[in-house]
Amino acid sequence: MQENLLIVKDVVKQYGDYTALTNANISVPKGSIYGLLGPNGAGKTTLMRIINQITAPDSGEVVFDGEPLQEHHISEIGYMPEERGLYKKMKVGEQALYLAQLKGMSYNEALKKLKFWFEKLDILSWWNKKVEELSKGMAQKIQFIVTVIHEPKLLIFDEPFSGFDPINAAIIRKEILELAEKGTTIIFSTHRMESVEEICDHIALINKSKTILEGTIENIKKQFTANTFEVVISKGELTENDIFTIISKKENTYHIKLKEGKSAKEILESILKDAEIISFKKETPTMEDIFIKAVNNA
Amino acid sequence: MHKIWLIIKREYLVRVRKKSFIIMTILGPILMAALMIVPTYLAEESQENRIIALNENVNYTLEDSEFIHFTTIPSSEAELLKTDFSESPFYALLYIEGENFTLYSNQQISLSVSKSIERQLEQLIEHEKLKLLGIDLQILEDASTEINITTKIISEDGNTSNSQAEASMGIGFISGILIYMFIFMYGTMVMRGVIEEKTSRIVEVIISSVKPFQLMMGKILGVALVGLTQFVLWILLTIIISTVAELAFLDVNAISTEMSSNDQSVILAQVVELTGGINLLQIFLAFIFYFLAGYLMYSSLFAAVGSAVDAEADTQQFVLPITIPLILSFVLIAPIMENPDGTLAFWMSMIPFTSPVIMMVRLPFGVANWELALSIGILIASFIGTTWLAGRIYRTGILMYGKKASYKEIWKWLKY
Repeated sequence: MQENLLIVKDVVKQYGDYTALTNANISVPKGSIYGLLGPNGAGKTTLMRIINQITAPDSGEVVFDGEPLQEHHISEIGYMPEERGLYKKMKVGEQALYLAQLKGMSYNEALKKLKFWFEKLDILSWWNKKVEELSKGMAQKIQFIVTVIHEPKLLIFDEPFSGFDPINAAIIRKEILELAEKGTTIIFSTHRMESVEEICDHIALINKSKTILEGTIENIKKQFTANTFEVVISKGELTENDIFTIISKKENTYHIKLKEGKSAKEILESILKDAEIISFKKETPTMEDIFIKAVNNA
Repeated sequence: MHKIWLIIKREYLVRVRKKSFIIMTILGPILMAALMIVPTYLAEESQENRIIALNENVNYTLEDSEFIHFTTIPSSEAELLKTDFSESPFYALLYIEGENFTLYSNQQISLSVSKSIERQLEQLIEHEKLKLLGIDLQILEDASTEINITTKIISEDGNTSNSQAEASMGIGFISGILIYMFIFMYGTMVMRGVIEEKTSRIVEVIISSVKPFQLMMGKILGVALVGLTQFVLWILLTIIISTVAELAFLDVNAISTEMSSNDQSVILAQVVELTGGINLLQIFLAFIFYFLAGYLMYSSLFAAVGSAVDAEADTQQFVLPITIPLILSFVLIAPIMENPDGTLAFWMSMIPFTSPVIMMVRLPFGVANWELALSIGILIASFIGTTWLAGRIYRTGILMYGKKASYKEIWKWLKY
């Protein structure tokens, strides 16, 4: 069993009569890329604010790297909120230095690291520009840098790709994956399911202030696999029998469902009696299917 | 502590480097110096000779004054001038017909000229009439008296000092107004700063590194330093500019320099004499205290307002209740000066929302030590209270977007 970098246990947060989180539970393994999913207003942002100590939970506990979350952990966490901005009238370099120092870095250290990152992302020429002269995508790059500059153990990105054009989104994704390879644990909040499947290895699904799903993508997919198959045949016709039922049929393409206790091999054998098979594949649900299903069932 | 220092530094440097700050800092003293120099300069300019024509056959002998000269012209010429003044070399024509006195000119006649002629004529006619009644002018002169009342205050230890109501009023008025101005200017500056952080959405990035309260206090203290810097620079620049300007404008002829330096020493002596009974050190220290404490109290409230709204346009409903006591204290300056030891004055200098301005108005007139101590104590307790309160509103408010804040809503935030 992997060690967990972050454990959120039974966290409750209420704003007056409004409940933002009831019994939120997540365990983020060290070195994982963890997707935090959920519809708007589910409580994702509140959870991330609690992890960043922006707000305190009403009850429950948060454990970071083996100890209860405390103030000094701020320098071990990097957070890029969804609603992110910069001082418009301030120069890029000066501002990045300021934000890096607020994370606890010394001036010289911050300057050295910033120069490195600015060079890496090829934006060193912006150093003396004012933020208001930059495009939204350019400003996002700077926000990315100031999020990761202090080399935290945990990085939290809330909708990191919104506002980026595809080329820059790819650059940022590459950087995030590189950081993950170096051992940084990453929490990722997004609505974009395709990026979850590509990047994450663990996910948690939050809906209506509760965690309703958690685990590795593999396990969750297994959990949601409905044992359905897509079969395309060239000759003949399929009829339901005691091994499978037909869910739908379109021309020569069938969706069939395995009956309890039967195996894929048995299906194949039974189909081959009546028809010639062009393709036969097991249908695995996409994260999007799982997301919709889980939210609607809850 | 290190982080709050970083915030103070940023808030301070960003504002001090702004063009508007530099312009205001330079322009302020120039305006102030202009206010001091221009009247002197104009007064000097008006000393140019003004020749006033008098029609013939007048039995009054008008004496030339420093800047008015009289000359008599023939009646025919005077009649002509009455209709067409454009070609005339004179400043004005004084046309006397029996008891009717009229001044003709092609320009606006200055009030000081007409007043001075009026006074002379009045005196002349008065003396004429008294002579007719058989009263000797010498007797009149002997009889006229002029007195000055000196008021003395006997303090508890038996020392007497000159009481100088005018100087007290001047010092009280100026320091009261300054405190009012600074609280208003820099309080709203804090509010705008908070709104800027909220609308540019940088606030969430920052409060993942520092506590909201640190960010708020850093901003408030940074802006306070901006205020103090501007205040000090204004004083220094005003002194420099007015000295330089005075030399440049008034040194033109030796006489006027002599005069103005004479005037200056007289004024200086008067100032020393006038302020003799007033504890200037106490006033200075009190000014710094009431400026800072009053500013801290009000600016924390302004910060709370800034955090509750999404745009500056929405601040109106919340700013009003904050500014009412401030404006009230401004309005009360005059009545308090009339009666600096009255009940109204006492209570207004105790209530923390009005005490910074009102106590500064009262102080030059002399305030009992226990009153001063009580007022300071209440103000310190209140600014701790309002800062705490504002901090609670602020930490929730800065993360609330889109929701229109109401008083009910803010009341809820206090309890989160």
